Amino acid sequence: MDFRNSKNTDTITGPRSEDVLPHTASAAVKVVIVGGFGVGKTTMVGSVSEIRPLTTEETMTEAGIGVDDNYGSETKTATTVAMDFGRISISDELVLYLFGTPGQERFWFLWNGLFEGALGAVVLIDTRRLEVSFDVIGRLEERGVPFVIAVNDFPDAPHHPVETLRRALDLGPGVPIMACDARLRESSRDVLMTLMRYLHSLTVAAARV
Amino acid sequence: MTPPQGPAHGPSNGELPSRRDAPARDAPDPDAPPQRERRSPENPERLYILTGEDSERAPLDLVTLIVAQGEASPMAQPEHSAVLRLCGTPLSVAELSAYLALPFSVVTVVLTELLATGLVQARAPIVRSALPDRSLLEAVMHGLQKL
Ligand SMILES: Nc1nc2c(ncn2[C@@H]2O[C@H](COP(=O)(O)OP(=O)(O)OP(=O)(O)O)[C@@H](O)[C@H]2O)c(=O)[nH]1
Ligand SMILES: [Mg+2]
Repeated sequence: MDFRNSKNTDTITGPRSEDVLPHTASAAVKVVIVGGFGVGKTTMVGSVSEIRPLTTEETMTEAGIGVDDNYGSETKTATTVAMDFGRISISDELVLYLFGTPGQERFWFLWNGLFEGALGAVVLIDTRRLEVSFDVIGRLEERGVPFVIAVNDFPDAPHHPVETLRRALDLGPGVPIMACDARLRESSRDVLMTLMRYLHSLTVAAARV
Repeated sequence: MTPPQGPAHGPSNGELPSRRDAPARDAPDPDAPPQRERRSPENPERLYILTGEDSERAPLDLVTLIVAQGEASPMAQPEHSAVLRLCGTPLSVAELSAYLALPFSVVTVVLTELLATGLVQARAPIVRSALPDRSLLEAVMHGLQKL
């Protein structure tokens, strides 16, 4: 955290020349890719990003239990939370950023800034550990963040029909559920496309009301 | 490995149990996926940003684009010069944080100082609103198609 002592700022390198955005870039949008440990978040960000995925960090304190009545002796541990992200230039003016963020409850404070304003979210699911996604889905519903479900195809993962998954996840009929391979650019791109089409259908439906 | 659809498992009609009818635990099906229960809303958020509580910080998003408006004076603080050097072309706050290897909250402090002196310009992101902009979504789809 101590910038002056820890770094020589002259050695900081910025984006490679091919990663530079044009001067005309005027606004960005963001999409969040969320899921449990090892579900493929970083892989998906990397497979569609035009830049090598980068990492942004935040340092947090974790307050000990019972700090309220125990001023002097409260223990705080610093925790660093990292988020990978990538970028897709949509046009000369518009840039899409993708953030891969952990789904565990203890990281939810991150969402305050991150999810507010995100166009939508991709919930990555590994059917070997479906329950990891339950709280994330609940959270997105509470916040009114539209999302799609992408089931990452791990070779030994149980395969369930879409409607079985929909019931287990307690999702409405409109929420898209699709299989993907996060390692493949086209497959990850298709997931983002599905999210955008879904968002589009929501605006069309809302306009009819 | 698809869950059995026959009447031998689960409740009555061979459907997998769902939160809305029979509780899943009464009739465990070894192949059925676990069933999501709605969360209780009162989970506390226990982590706090280290450099928190400063109302004076500029409202910057991870994807606010920052563009330098001038050059750093020779006396400028090193982090100010570094930001101005990196932002000759637009760069998101997230990218700045990554290249500077500084936490997001620290970068926003530096940027707040630079914004106050007019040395950088901030281009606000387009955020999701109650009714998202359809032409925006169409532009994104068009961009994705080219990938
Ligand atoms: N078979 C298969 N393997 C995948 C897929 N996506 C990711 N993997 C592999 O799963 C492992 C974990 O992927 P990551 O992208 O690191 O997962 P993550 O969600 O970022 O993990 P954490 O950041 O540690 O939580 C890697 O070895 C990937 O190669 C997929 O679609 N299919
Ligand atoms: Mg990762």
